[in-house]
Amino acid sequence: MRVLMFGWEFPPHISGGLGTASYGLAKGFSALGSNELLFVVPKAYGDEDNSIARIIGASNIPVTRKKINLGKGRSKLDYIEVSSKIVPYTDPEDFWRLKSKEVSSDYKFIQTDEHGKINFSGKYTENLMQEIANYAIVAGVIADNESFDIIHAHDWLAYPAGIAAKEVSGKPLVIHVHATDFDRSGGKVNPDVYAIEKKGMDTADRIITVSNLTRQTVIEKYNIPAEKVSTVYNAVEPLEREKEKRKLLNGSNEKIVTFLGRITMQKGPEYFVEAASRVLERTKDVRFVMAGSGDMMTDMIKLAASKNIMDRFHFTGFLRGDDVYKMLEYSDVYIMPSVSEPFGISPLEAMQSNVPVIISHQSGVAEILTHAIKVNYWDIDAMSDAIYGILKYPALYKMFRKHGKAEVDDLKWENSARQLLEIYKELV
Amino acid sequence: MKNICLYFQVHQPFRLKRYRFFEIGSDHYYYDDYTNESILRKVAEKSYLPANKLILDLIDKYKGQFKVSFSFSGMILEQFKLYGEDVLESFKQLASSDSVEILAESYAHSLAFFKSRDEFVRQVKMHEKLVKELFGVKPEVFRNTELIYSDDIGNDVAKMGYKAMLTEGAKHILGWKSPNHLYCNAINPKLKVLVRNFKLSDDIAFRFSDESWNEWPLTAEKFVSWIDNIPENEEVVNIFMDYETFGEHQWKETGIFSFLEKLPAIIQEKKGISFSTPSDIIRDKQVIAPIHVPNPISWADEEKDLTAWLGNELQEEAYNKLYSIEDMVMKINRDDIKRDWLNLQTSDHFYYMCTKFFSDGEVHSYFSPFDSPYDAFINYMNILSDFILRVKANLAPESEDSTELNLRISKQEKEIEKLKNQIERLKKSEQAKVKPGRKPATGTGSRAPISKKAATKTKTTSRKKKPASSKIPATKAKTTSRKKK
Repeated sequence: MRVLMFGWEFPPHISGGLGTASYGLAKGFSALGSNELLFVVPKAYGDEDNSIARIIGASNIPVTRKKINLGKGRSKLDYIEVSSKIVPYTDPEDFWRLKSKEVSSDYKFIQTDEHGKINFSGKYTENLMQEIANYAIVAGVIADNESFDIIHAHDWLAYPAGIAAKEVSGKPLVIHVHATDFDRSGGKVNPDVYAIEKKGMDTADRIITVSNLTRQTVIEKYNIPAEKVSTVYNAVEPLEREKEKRKLLNGSNEKIVTFLGRITMQKGPEYFVEAASRVLERTKDVRFVMAGSGDMMTDMIKLAASKNIMDRFHFTGFLRGDDVYKMLEYSDVYIMPSVSEPFGISPLEAMQSNVPVIISHQSGVAEILTHAIKVNYWDIDAMSDAIYGILKYPALYKMFRKHGKAEVDDLKWENSARQLLEIYKELV
Repeated sequence: MKNICLYFQVHQPFRLKRYRFFEIGSDHYYYDDYTNESILRKVAEKSYLPANKLILDLIDKYKGQFKVSFSFSGMILEQFKLYGEDVLESFKQLASSDSVEILAESYAHSLAFFKSRDEFVRQVKMHEKLVKELFGVKPEVFRNTELIYSDDIGNDVAKMGYKAMLTEGAKHILGWKSPNHLYCNAINPKLKVLVRNFKLSDDIAFRFSDESWNEWPLTAEKFVSWIDNIPENEEVVNIFMDYETFGEHQWKETGIFSFLEKLPAIIQEKKGISFSTPSDIIRDKQVIAPIHVPNPISWADEEKDLTAWLGNELQEEAYNKLYSIEDMVMKINRDDIKRDWLNLQTSDHFYYMCTKFFSDGEVHSYFSPFDSPYDAFINYMNILSDFILRVKANLAPESEDSTELNLRISKQEKEIEKLKNQIERLKKSEQAKVKPGRKPATGTGSRAPISKKAATKTKTTSRKKKPASSKIPATKAKTTSRKKK
């Protein structure tokens, strides 16, 4: 089976769960053997792991000499121009906050360099919409040049690319929903994004969702027939380094409760602050850490300050690479109070590091975990009770240590990839 | 002659309410009255009342030919008093019949035996008293919580004067032997042991309404024919189950009541099968062999051991913590403390913390009011934390009250201190090397409050208990067997 896969990012150049998940799947897929994977990203840096897939950077594909179909009734252009301003790293959330700048999907000019290649930033830039459209154009070119059996597009950024490849090649299209705009926006859905998502789902021959929670959203909010949507759960890469338990302050009995993720509405940071304040009313030998950055960070600092707990509540800012693992090694409890989390790989990483986790029922990962405490994201009583319980009653910690790691070690990308392969086979 | 021994267990726990950690120290009421009352009423209407009525009718109709036996936990009897006088009345009516035998059990439906035999005995006596008061009888046959049994338990029960005990016919205990015989305790052969035929019992209790079961639907005719097919020399068929099987676990619509109704009629037609109570059986039948049960067994799950209640870290911690305060609780003479002490011992609370259901027990989640074992554990531990605070608070003022005793102790402590000093001085004068300034500071002893003394005392007693608690490794052995599964 030859699979043409469109993603948005690929390790080591990733900014979030999407890159981790598409990489994990690609790796799991390659482990199954006798399959071939072409993985396309807008921009390849050259240091990607080429052993598991052929990585193609869209920015390396010359397009000028190709006939480009820009849609119904439009003439085929060979003069391509675009005003691509690359802005520094921003999250999708930040991007939407910057959307004061009107993005038009109705453009004609695409800029290429002297070799006829389009410049991609591969980031969540101000010109995201344009990049997505450009990506689709290049996707059509790639689909014309390569031979493959099936197309697989990861998340809405790559849906148009998938659609273009399908139009060119006539091969079946699978789209992979890692999140919907309902998760990202908390209900205030961006109509442009929704339109892209909806078109992707309508055009796709099969839709993969990362949890039943997301599957429900796709069926209900995007009005997709249920039989077209299948759930394939994410997994987690085995941990290479052994966890060493660290203490923040040597000799102290202080415990650390950690929130690690983007500080955005989707992640429910305010419930974490509220729960922290509840716990601190009863016990002082605990510290709370909010690791990450995001548009709600200042609000959270203000909230924690108003609760008078800033002496025990700490903000680290955005953590990268090794610092993430170090933070987990310091942690005694990991909490993910997400309001809407299609899957949520990070609790699995915490469990790999032997950290007991509390997750919200509103996260997809709750569907597959048994050795975790699950609460509703809004239920501050239950959340603080769970934190207090893990801190004060040692049996819980022992239990999670013993069974949690084993449970996570069973969640392998290979299994997810195997399910995918079954779906491919049905379609081809 | 084959004897069918029908025994029904009647029990409901006092379910605990949702109790958050921030209530520790301020809220001292632990029970979910609404749930307890509504469940009791529901079970009464669906099961206890109609089943009692049917059994009364059958006893009336078959005049001594249809016999059953019951046991009630102290918890359900208390709940009858609170929410079900009508149910209690109908059970009293049953108990007054010669065809009904009431068995003894531990008052709190507890697992006390493995931590404290004193507490176990206390609870058995308490239960005797309540049964006597309500039903006017003194039971002679004992049935432990969840049919838990071991050689040691049997031996202790025999010492309390019981003639027989009920337990599970666990395969790993019986081996090739049939459950359809009368056995006796391995330590004290005077105690007879009736073992449950789990196949026939579960055919009714679990499989009756299971349409995927190849014997479904189970008719009274079919059931009696199975009993009839048991070899002639196997004369005792022990059918033990929850009483709630009738109408609650198996709904009325499944035909469970008509099954029970038809049973005596079919049996009357057959020659050579009759109903008996445990006391009939131990009077009429011969013991065939002793039964060796070094590690405790129960009627739960596939494993037939204690792992449903004491199989994981959560359960062990809760259980150990609870019994660590036994000595303190015993010093307090307050009804509310005594009530909570008993209610917290009920095995159901530990059952809710069982993590086995992750792999195999729908049964567990069916019975648990909690979302998860973790939830159950945290809730229980919060309540236990508050209870421990109350116990300690109740101890302190009490000891201050007994000023006389206090005085005497401090006087004696001074005396001891003085004598110690004397010894010290004598030693020093005898030895050549004298190290000055090593005298223990005098007066510290006299300032020490009595509670300190009490504390050291409890410590030593709990240390003494260690050997008793080393019974628990039995459960550990079972944990490994669970792994094998």
